[in-house]
Amino acid sequence: MEILVCVKRVPDSSENEIEVKGDGTDIERDDLVYSVNEWDNYAVEEAIQIRDKVGGTVTVASVGDEETEEVIRREMAMGADNGIHLMDDAFEGSDGKGLATTLKALVEQGSYDLILTGAQADDGAGQVGGMLAAMLDYPFASLVNLIEVVDDKKIKVGREIAGGNQEMNEIDLPCVLSIQTGINEPRYVGIRGIRKVASVEIPVKGVSDLGIDAGVVGAAGAKVKRLDYFVPELGEGAEMLEGSTEEIIEKLIELLKAKGGIK
Amino acid sequence: MSACIFAISEQIEGAFRKVSFEAVSEGRRLADGLGLPLVAAVIGSGVEEAAEALGRYGADRILLADRPELADYSTEAYVRILAECIRQEQPSVVLLGATAQGKDLAARLSARIDAPLAMDATGIRLDGEQWVAARPMYGGKIIAEVILEGNPPIAALRPNALRIEEKEGESRMEKIDVDPGPIQVKTVDKTLETGKIELTEADIVVSGGRGMGGSDYTVVEALAEALGAAVGASRSAVDEGWRPHADQVGQTGKVVSPNLYIACGISGAIQHLAGMSTSKVIVAVNKDPEAPIFAKADYGVVGDLFEIVPLITEEAKKLRG
Repeated sequence: MEILVCVKRVPDSSENEIEVKGDGTDIERDDLVYSVNEWDNYAVEEAIQIRDKVGGTVTVASVGDEETEEVIRREMAMGADNGIHLMDDAFEGSDGKGLATTLKALVEQGSYDLILTGAQADDGAGQVGGMLAAMLDYPFASLVNLIEVVDDKKIKVGREIAGGNQEMNEIDLPCVLSIQTGINEPRYVGIRGIRKVASVEIPVKGVSDLGIDAGVVGAAGAKVKRLDYFVPELGEGAEMLEGSTEEIIEKLIELLKAKGGIK
Repeated sequence: MSACIFAISEQIEGAFRKVSFEAVSEGRRLADGLGLPLVAAVIGSGVEEAAEALGRYGADRILLADRPELADYSTEAYVRILAECIRQEQPSVVLLGATAQGKDLAARLSARIDAPLAMDATGIRLDGEQWVAARPMYGGKIIAEVILEGNPPIAALRPNALRIEEKEGESRMEKIDVDPGPIQVKTVDKTLETGKIELTEADIVVSGGRGMGGSDYTVVEALAEALGAAVGASRSAVDEGWRPHADQVGQTGKVVSPNLYIACGISGAIQHLAGMSTSKVIVAVNKDPEAPIFAKADYGVVGDLFEIVPLITEEAKKLRG
């Protein structure tokens, strides 16, 4: 099975304080710690496990600037066979659809049976997988937490639906799936793993290699544009309830009745 | 020329998701502001009677696509039907709930009709000629306001972010007959646990974290039951295997904004705060007075959750009588 996994380099928001630039057009990006988007890691792990079971190759692709290469390399250290770096000034300022347009062009250059994305990214909107599938006219399933390969034409996937409920779907290949965290346990990547792939060549593709009109991606093609970024108001910290346990419970119940909507 | 505001509803076996009423209510407010009618779409099988409910929240017209093959949600079939409705109705804006299904639908619909999409928006407004949506990013640390260019913008609205309002008025039901086409993704099995409250739509959420010390969530479940609340868990509790992944509240789990969030034995890692910091009232019970959750909570109790929580449950039961 030929599998393509689309990954993204994002600021790690559990590691960083995120601040907004003075003019509100973006976040302060200097000093940020970046990593691979967490959801994407699960997608790559799943792809590797499928390949190890049924054979084939795993290709990891990412749209982004020069620094993005380290993320692709990290995922190759996990065990992906190939990496493709989609880099071009024209991609800058892409919205979800711009990214999906870029990935569509890449998919059409290969012959992938299965395309995986993370279900969402911290700095994104969880939309690229669905858009990509629509543009390719491939079937799509989101929030996938189980994959069973039936044969080379068909797979079964488990998906989380409302209320913590679960659904099993049957999908014909080729298809696009967005992967939920928890589907597996992504393997640890050590320094040795990274070293192994340190000198592997990762091809770079831009708009002309992909045959895309520069006007339909990047800021030029974006229909969703940033207007303003701001930090939501923070609370002042908790009012700590003190006294004997009895007093605390009494105070708390009064507060819950007054403010928590408990009757 | 925009002719209406368009809201897409979501139902499971004839029961509407709460966020559908939020989307219709918000649609009504926008429609009133712009002097436009509100059109709401219902897709399903045998849902005609249920569909009338949308009239109570201000839908002027209800478009009903009712066919046996639409009993289960299918992205492709829904998109085909909705793209046709949107082509005919020429809405100024399209609203739907950012549930798992709503997000799935919104992305494909946006690509299909070449419309801008604001995913997981907490609000949308018309600023002059421009539609502007607000969406939380980076685990809610930042709110981004984005301009949506092109017609019609689609806003997938975060559950519990917008107010439900009932509205008196007449509504007209219109049946639509669009061929949903072949179903590419077949549902072969579905497990529905009835009676379980959906975390993202619950009014009250009671969550347990590492402080639970194991998979016995009896004290948390008892409080949740007394309050009619949903049960959540922190990532560490899920990683330990104490609770299913579907219960995880946080950056890589569910984002919830209930009226009341009660965190029991949760330290308040950023991962968790990202999933619940927009709750209206937050109560934290933790034995560590330095736990970061207290910085985010409105009310804090330092103490043993196994002692405190059952006492709250007892009082809550008395109140509910």
